[in-house]
Amino acid sequence: MCTVCGCGEGETKLEDHGHSHDHEHHHSRDQGGDSKQTGQNLHDYGRGPAHAHAPGLSQARMVQIEEDILGRNNQYAAANRRWFQERDVLTLNLLSGPGSGKTTLLTRTITDLEGQLKISVVEGDQQTTHDAERIRETGVKALQINTGKGCHLDAHMVGHALDTLQPENGSVLFIENVGNLVCPAAFDLGEAYKVAILSTTEGEDKPIKYPDMFHAADLILLNKIDLLPYLNFDVEKCIEYARRVNPGIKVLQVSALTGEGMETWYQWAKTTRQLASIG
Amino acid sequence: MHEMSLCESVLQILEDNGRRRGFEKVNVVWLEIGRLSGVEIEAMRFSFDAVTRGTLADHARLEIIQVPGEAWCMPCGKTVTVEQRFDACPLCGSYQLQVTGGEEMRIKELEVN
Repeated sequence: MCTVCGCGEGETKLEDHGHSHDHEHHHSRDQGGDSKQTGQNLHDYGRGPAHAHAPGLSQARMVQIEEDILGRNNQYAAANRRWFQERDVLTLNLLSGPGSGKTTLLTRTITDLEGQLKISVVEGDQQTTHDAERIRETGVKALQINTGKGCHLDAHMVGHALDTLQPENGSVLFIENVGNLVCPAAFDLGEAYKVAILSTTEGEDKPIKYPDMFHAADLILLNKIDLLPYLNFDVEKCIEYARRVNPGIKVLQVSALTGEGMETWYQWAKTTRQLASIG
Repeated sequence: MHEMSLCESVLQILEDNGRRRGFEKVNVVWLEIGRLSGVEIEAMRFSFDAVTRGTLADHARLEIIQVPGEAWCMPCGKTVTVEQRFDACPLCGSYQLQVTGGEEMRIKELEVN
């Protein structure tokens, strides 16, 4: 077990990661945030109602906590965000259900943008390193995180992945989250943007069936538009549903297979990369 | 089932506070959960019991305070109550709503020994 943060319990596994990291990254934040409690309970007696500590009298007492359940994840996310800013790394968190074509979209993007953007990838799946291997075949750095039982990546896992992966300064880091339209929405990883990928084979009402995900997203890539002639998928309706949960959201229609519309996505990625450098 | 991870975070916060504030047993936990937080209350209860077994919160009672979803309706210029994120305004039927409340996931209070 990692003695700094207590991680390593459970089934989360980082590929090529024997847990020998020296914690040069951001664990110091663990110490933050509780200063307001300092000075309380210096004495370990008389804590019950009316400060009773006689035998037989209840020592039950109320403790005000007022802590966000995701507070710890958010602290790790903030540290990741600082890490990205210091190195000028633009991080995009890719979210979708299983089978939307995320990995295909990503491999095509990497191949098409070769020489234009420096890219590295963190892959999240419950099991196997298949996806990271597929990405590495394109020639870029990729690291697999297996979440075991977990249904999403959290900021702490990503923090550890950064130590091993070491994305280059000025690069784009894609984090391919676990295929799941529910849980990953709640966990900030420190990314600059969340990109949701939805495919035309999934049904146009996905945005209102899984509103949290599409509400959290900054951009939607509507993938597999090459299949539209064979499907009953209403693109306009889908965009309308998406805007109900997220009025300002941009939707780009693409096909990672034929390449149709992919240029708009590349422009978005390149422009966003440039904007990130401005500050 | 991210309720399981949420409960693990709750337990971590309880353990941290136990160390800092000197308590060894948690009897009751009050959580504030917003309607729009995406948390399934029943799954939360189930996970809480499973996660806390053998810890300082073993057999602790989980009290959940549900916070209604609230949104600001731009056409009406009013705060309205919504059940879901994509609900229309109950007054004017518009979807131009900005969620303003109901996304809470907080530990509010504990009863401890």
